[in-house]
Order: sequence, then structure tokens, then C-alpha cells
Amino acid sequence: MNIVVCLKQTFDTEAKIVLDSTGKIDSAGVNLVINTYDEFAVEEALKLKEKFGGEVTIVSMGGDRVQEAIRTALAMGADQAVLVNDPSIAYADEAAIADILAKAVATIPYDIILTGRMAVDDGSSQVGVRLAEALDIPSVSSILKLDVEDSKATATREIDGGTEIIETTLPAVFTAQKGLNEPRYPSMMGIMKAKKKEIKVLTLADLGTSAADMAAKMNAPKFSLPSARKAGIKIAGEEAADKAKELARLLREEAKVI
Amino acid sequence: MAKGIWVVIEQNKAEIRKVSLEILSQARTIADKTGDPLVAVILGKGIADLAKTVAAYGADKVVLVEDDKLADYSTGAYTSVLNKLIRKDEPQAVLLGNTAVGKDLAPRLAQRLGVGMASDCTGMEYDEANFLTFKRPIYGGKAFAEVSSNTRPVVATIRPNTFALGQQDAAKQAEVVNETAEIDAADLRAIVKEIIIAASERPELIEANIIISGGRGMKGPENYKVLEECADVIGAAVGASRAAVDAGWIEQKFQVGQTGKTVSPTLYIACGISGAIQHLAGMSSSKVIVAINKDPEAYIFNIADYGIVGDLFDVVPLLTEEFKKLK
Repeated sequence: MNIVVCLKQTFDTEAKIVLDSTGKIDSAGVNLVINTYDEFAVEEALKLKEKFGGEVTIVSMGGDRVQEAIRTALAMGADQAVLVNDPSIAYADEAAIADILAKAVATIPYDIILTGRMAVDDGSSQVGVRLAEALDIPSVSSILKLDVEDSKATATREIDGGTEIIETTLPAVFTAQKGLNEPRYPSMMGIMKAKKKEIKVLTLADLGTSAADMAAKMNAPKFSLPSARKAGIKIAGEEAADKAKELARLLREEAKVI
Repeated sequence: MAKGIWVVIEQNKAEIRKVSLEILSQARTIADKTGDPLVAVILGKGIADLAKTVAAYGADKVVLVEDDKLADYSTGAYTSVLNKLIRKDEPQAVLLGNTAVGKDLAPRLAQRLGVGMASDCTGMEYDEANFLTFKRPIYGGKAFAEVSSNTRPVVATIRPNTFALGQQDAAKQAEVVNETAEIDAADLRAIVKEIIIAASERPELIEANIIISGGRGMKGPENYKVLEECADVIGAAVGASRAAVDAGWIEQKFQVGQTGKTVSPTLYIACGISGAIQHLAGMSSSKVIVAINKDPEAYIFNIADYGIVGDLFDVVPLLTEEFKKLK
């Protein structure tokens, strides 16, 4: 069973967001980690490998710093990695990223592709599903459970108000939701071994394409920061009953939300 | 030239999701400006009666696709049917709710159409150059991105509770067009075997008008009934912080925050929640925030409109009684 995990390096979710002088999100001094949901994807891939054998390949896109995130996944137990690193990509939207990842994935044998249901930075939840479409294979998004048997898989997917069970042919893409598993920590041995594992760095030319062919369909975004929410009032009073009464009154008469 | 704004209406057992009507209401105001026809497209089974409702919310035209294979949502069949309809009509924009269905369907559809998409938008305006400009929270609401597409149609999903429902006009007539679904084997490689809906009388978290959430201060799973009793008096959904979910007190599907649900209710009542940035990311677009916390220094008070310093186990039951009196 060969498994590909598409992984994104993101800011730590505790990071404070500031804009630089050009109005872009400033990454200086920010702690970078594997996107939370992609960690679940890595873990699930490793569990499948333990059960069925085969290889786990990490595929990612971005600059040199992304190697840190990839090394962490290799230390968890993934076998090798492919990083598309091409400075000619000025702005890649979700469509471009999916198309580029599809080209990179096509260089690797795969039965299952796993990735997070969304990235905690741009929160767009598009790339995993788009990747499946670009490869013309089925996808099941936001999965909580995955069972694989022969050339079929059964996945439990989170829907609004419940879950659904989906059966799909393989190969297929699955996007991981929190609850799928508990990601392992890399062991000392894993960290040592990861240093020797190969990260193949590819450019768009290596993939037979170019930045012009992979042009974004969305215009580059303009960023802004939200205006800070102001602290309101702390309701004064001696007794909890008085405070509760006053709160109910304010919600009804002032805020008009009850 | 391409014309029209399409809203993909999400329905479940012939009941329309509120977010679909919210989008229709906002799209109506844009269509009034641009002169584009507003088209509501509904896929499913037993949906003919829904045409009246979407017309009342402003649709000029209703496209109905009725088929047994569309009774329940599936990625392949829905993508295939919509792709063909959209290619035939070439609208300017295709809008969906940012729901479990919308998040799964919209990117697949956008990729098949070869177009750009804006996800989980909390703003949408007409823009002469790009037709529509969207505002969307990123980094869990710690920043915003303003995005537009250089391809048509632009696909977008809109966050529930973002736009107000418009006035219904029962007299408004819409042209109703019935289309047939052509679904082939490749569309059915992934099939839904079973749908398990958790029995709950409470509203769905992402669409709820009021949410009452509990965090670390809940102290244990058994105490959520304090919040549930209050929720049932005011028709609220119950939520939780990551701390409470990670402690195993409440299921993950109730988690509000950067690694949980993102919500925008009219009223958010945070009980025993300190206000970690992780949590704020999921609820800071709420219109009114109430914090109930023992710790007067809890960060949540810095963003709450109304705060009560006190033990939630004292305050919440009293508040429940006060809410009962208001009814």
C-alpha cells in the first residue's frame, strides 16, 4: 500500500499575526509547524503502512524552511519526501497548488492520498478536494475513520449534525478531520533516521510545467487586520442572582439578542 | 457575455438550509445593482415545492434537478450535474453555503470548471473590475483577506449567519425550469452507504443564532447539563473549547475554535472559557459576546460585551431562570 501525504507548513496556531511594510502577512520570528490537520494525515498514513506495508511519501510545496516540517514527518516515520520549491511561482492560489501537487504526486506510485481537511492559515479547505479532481480520483473529505480492504476503502465523514459512511474505490484522496487519530511524537531514533531520508527537491521545470502554465485563477489577496474588539462592561453586583438578572435585562433591552 | 448569479440551494429532506436563503437574500441586492438574473438551483428528490420558497427570497429563475440518485448529497453526482448546467448557462458567480456539503462540493466543482474559488466568506460586494470581491477571515480570524477571481464563474462559499435573511415576498414569481440529471458510473465511485444523524433538538452549531459554550471551567462531562438546560430555554446550541474537548468531556464536533468550528452567532455565551487565541479564532465574529468566568483577569473579558465575574455553576442556573421569565 503506497501512501502519499500532502503536507503544508503553517504558523503555530498561537502565533500573533502582523502585516509587514508591503501589507503581506509577516512570518518573521513565527514558529512554523506542520498544519494541525496534516499531522492527522501523516499519522493515518503511518498506521496504514504498519498494517499493509508499502511506503509513505510526503509531498509539499514551498521554500527551504518547509524542509523542517517535512523532517518532522519523516521523523514520525514517513519514508521519503518530495518538495516542489520554485522561486518563479509568484502567487499560487488553491487551483495552482492542486495542479502542481497533482503533477508531483503523479511521479510517485500511490493507492491512497491523505491530507488535512484544511490548513489553519488560509482556512480554505480546497486543495485536498481539488487535488482529487486534478487526478480524476474520488475524494472523501473530513474523515473521522478509515478502513481499507483490497482496492476499496470505507470512511466515516463528518457532516453537519452527524456522520456518513462512504465507500470508495481506490486510489482516492481522504482529508483528515480532528478525531481521526492521535498523532505520534517523533522518537529519538526516528529523528536520527530522518536525517538520512531523501527529500527530493523539484522545480516546475522538473515537473514539465512552468509558472505561466500554473497561473493563479484568483487575484493575489489584500490583507488587513481586524479592528480590535473592545472590552465591554463587567456587570457589578454583590449577589450572583443580581448579576444574572441584570445580564438578562441587558441582553433583552440593550443588545436585543434574547 | 456571461450573465447571472447562481445560488446552489442546500436542502435536506426537502427542507432548505437557512444559509442558502441568507445567500439568496444578499445575492438579490447585488443582482438588483447589476441586472444579472438570480438563479436558484436545487438538486434532490421531492423538491418541486421548494421553488416557491426560493422565489419568495428573490430568485428570478429556479432550476430543479430531481433524481433518485440525488436524494442524498454525494460529491461525484452533484459535481457532475452542476458542472454540466453551469457550462451551459455560463453564469458570473456560483455561490454555496460553507457547510459540510459546500466545503466538499465547491472546490471539486471549481476545479472541474477550471476556475478560482473564495472559501468561507464573510463579505461579498459587487466590484466593477472583478464582478465580486469577497472578504474572508484567515488565520482563524486573526486577519482578513480580500479576494477576487480573474476567471468566471467565480465560485464562493459563504459562512452561515453572515448575511441577514431578506423579506419574503410571497407574490414574487420565478421561472421554473426542470432539468434532468445525467449521472454516469465514474460519478459514483464514492457512494454514501449510511447517514447517521445524531438526535438533537438543538440547532446546528454553525447555523445557531445563540451558542452557549463551556471550557475548562466546566470541570467534567456531567456538568454540561447546566449549559444544556440554559440552551433549551433560549433555543441555543451548546459548544465547547479545545480544553474541554481534549479533556474528553464533550465530543469534538462541539469544539469552537481554530481547530474546530467557526461560528458567527448573534449571541455567544462563554462559560468557564479563559479566551485562548485558539478559541477566539472560532467565535470572535459573534455579534454579542458574554463571558462568565471566576477569574476576573481571564482574557475573554477583554473581548466580551458583557461579563460576569463569578462561578458559572452559580451564575448559569440563575441566568436560565431569568431567561425563563423573559419568555
